Amino acid sequence: MTLQLETAPHPETLRRVAIEPISRVEGHGKVTLLIDEDNHVRQARLHIVEFRGFEKFVQGRPFWEIPVMVQRLCGICPVSHHLAASKAMDQIVGVDHLTPTAEKLRRLMHYGQILQSHALHFFHLSSPDLLFGFGSEVARRNIVGVAAAHPDVAKQGVLLRKYGQEVIRVTAGKRVHGTSSVPGGVNKNLSSEERDHLLKDIYPIIAWSREAVALARRLFEQDLERYNSFGRFDAHSLCLIRADGAMDLYHGGLRARTVDGKTLFDHENYDHYWEHIHEEVKSWSYMKFPFFRELGPEAGWYRVGPLTRVSQCDFIPTPFADHERRDFLAFDGGNAAGATLGYHWARMIEMLHAAEMIKELLHDDDLLGQDLLVTGERRERGVGMIEAPRGTLIHHYRVDENDLVVRANLIVSTTHNNQAMNEAIRRVASQYLDGQTLTEGLLNHIEVAVRAFDPCLSCATHALGKMPLELELLGPDGALLDRLGTAP
Amino acid sequence: MTGEPAPTLVIGIGNPSRGDDALGPLLLKGLASLALPGVELLEDYQLQVEFLLDLDGRARVVFVDASVAGDAPFRFSPAGPLPDASYTSHALAPEAVLAAYARHFGRPPPPAWTLGIRAYGFELGDDLSPEAAANLAAAQEFLTGWLVRQRAP
Repeated sequence: MTLQLETAPHPETLRRVAIEPISRVEGHGKVTLLIDEDNHVRQARLHIVEFRGFEKFVQGRPFWEIPVMVQRLCGICPVSHHLAASKAMDQIVGVDHLTPTAEKLRRLMHYGQILQSHALHFFHLSSPDLLFGFGSEVARRNIVGVAAAHPDVAKQGVLLRKYGQEVIRVTAGKRVHGTSSVPGGVNKNLSSEERDHLLKDIYPIIAWSREAVALARRLFEQDLERYNSFGRFDAHSLCLIRADGAMDLYHGGLRARTVDGKTLFDHENYDHYWEHIHEEVKSWSYMKFPFFRELGPEAGWYRVGPLTRVSQCDFIPTPFADHERRDFLAFDGGNAAGATLGYHWARMIEMLHAAEMIKELLHDDDLLGQDLLVTGERRERGVGMIEAPRGTLIHHYRVDENDLVVRANLIVSTTHNNQAMNEAIRRVASQYLDGQTLTEGLLNHIEVAVRAFDPCLSCATHALGKMPLELELLGPDGALLDRLGTAP
Repeated sequence: MTGEPAPTLVIGIGNPSRGDDALGPLLLKGLASLALPGVELLEDYQLQVEFLLDLDGRARVVFVDASVAGDAPFRFSPAGPLPDASYTSHALAPEAVLAAYARHFGRPPPPAWTLGIRAYGFELGDDLSPEAAANLAAAQEFLTGWLVRQRAP
């Protein structure tokens, strides 16, 4: 839990390397390295070019619009925002318990989102690094390269993602900008035709998910030393947990544990998350740095996401995924569960869990029920929390007597992992770059470490001509010394 | 879910709440009001690899997107498979989707074009800029005529 390499003593004397933007990461990020004349890394920082306009975007809007509006914050995980906002708005309309139909439909949508998001990350964003090597030829290191060398893997990735999108389309009512989750419940159920449509493909989806877990394990086994040590660091953990200790990605209480396994708090009602989670501002980053209040800003940062959830839950409530969880935790004396690259393996275990949950839900007739909405006594404040694909997501709103949002606070998964990602790149910089002449392949190691967290930088903007991959080497005066990589 | 796909697919890419990034969805909205026969419209925030499945069985595909680098008011160009290295997870280039199609199905993708409408600003919560609105009108008129001509004998 050190902050080594965060700040160099005399940065003005050092050479600056900027990797901007981080490719295959949602949105935009930049890594800067300060290097001395002997190529020793003296400072490494991940800067998130984060847009902090969320709160302003929703202020002054009627609360019932928010679950639909917030989907426009992020084009990668709109469903997570849709559901977290809906959960917060449930509280605003005074509802603590949904009808079984409403809760199960939301869960089905959420597991569709987990499935498609994890499939995208593993098969399309990380598999080029994992299958070809971190320093492999850049022209090969993309999904088309994977499709050429491993056509079955690429095809399964496409079909897994498509299936998850189809679950979302059916449950949300539309392929994008879904409207089905509303304050107090949902506005549509599943028809038997829709259920049968999803059921017909779920068994191959489960089979491919199991193969994906096996592939993730095999990659780990094939390069055990590197996978165990790459960007490895110890961190505290935070996740939601079901009352019986099971993994629950839709709802639960907060569980926080320290590096040495001590429980900081458990089954904590997230309605008062601010009593435990504070945020620190650092002058060099737009993104805040959350920490556990009990431990302070220096020592209290933590890690969220698949690695944390799989390693900190007591069990996974679906059989195949729980079997894989136990294997994962036992593997190599438990080393994989603490490794940065263990994220990939844990992510595939969660994808399998999502597929199993989808199957289980599709066999539940509650999905076809007619009892969709609950009402209650109007409240002023609402907090919604969900385990999004990348980790814990918090939506917090205050609504005035005219039903307008007057205050909003969002803490997204990538913000929770801000310090952890910085720690990972510092470890990788020390392990692989220190004292070396920098090449594109070596710099990609930094990106591999960042990508393990699957960060989403909350940017849904996309336009032709805005997809450069630029690696620039700058002198202390800012002059361009060298350029690595390509820009379209 | 079933049946023959419409011969023409127009994919509009962009986030309606981010200023000129709304150009793709807005053009689709205009086309939807015309209800052109044989034309299917598909909107999303960004292209992803599974879009290759939507391309199957089409006679032609048009990708419509905001463009920060192209000519004003728009640029309409043929697109072919290009396995380039410009991948980001939130934005696959149309050419990359076409390349993924060729790999996935083992045959060439349908003929495709990109319609890049010149855009200027992408801030969350902003409206469409006046310049982009003018470019949208020109692009809308052009693409409507082009789609109608594709159906002519």
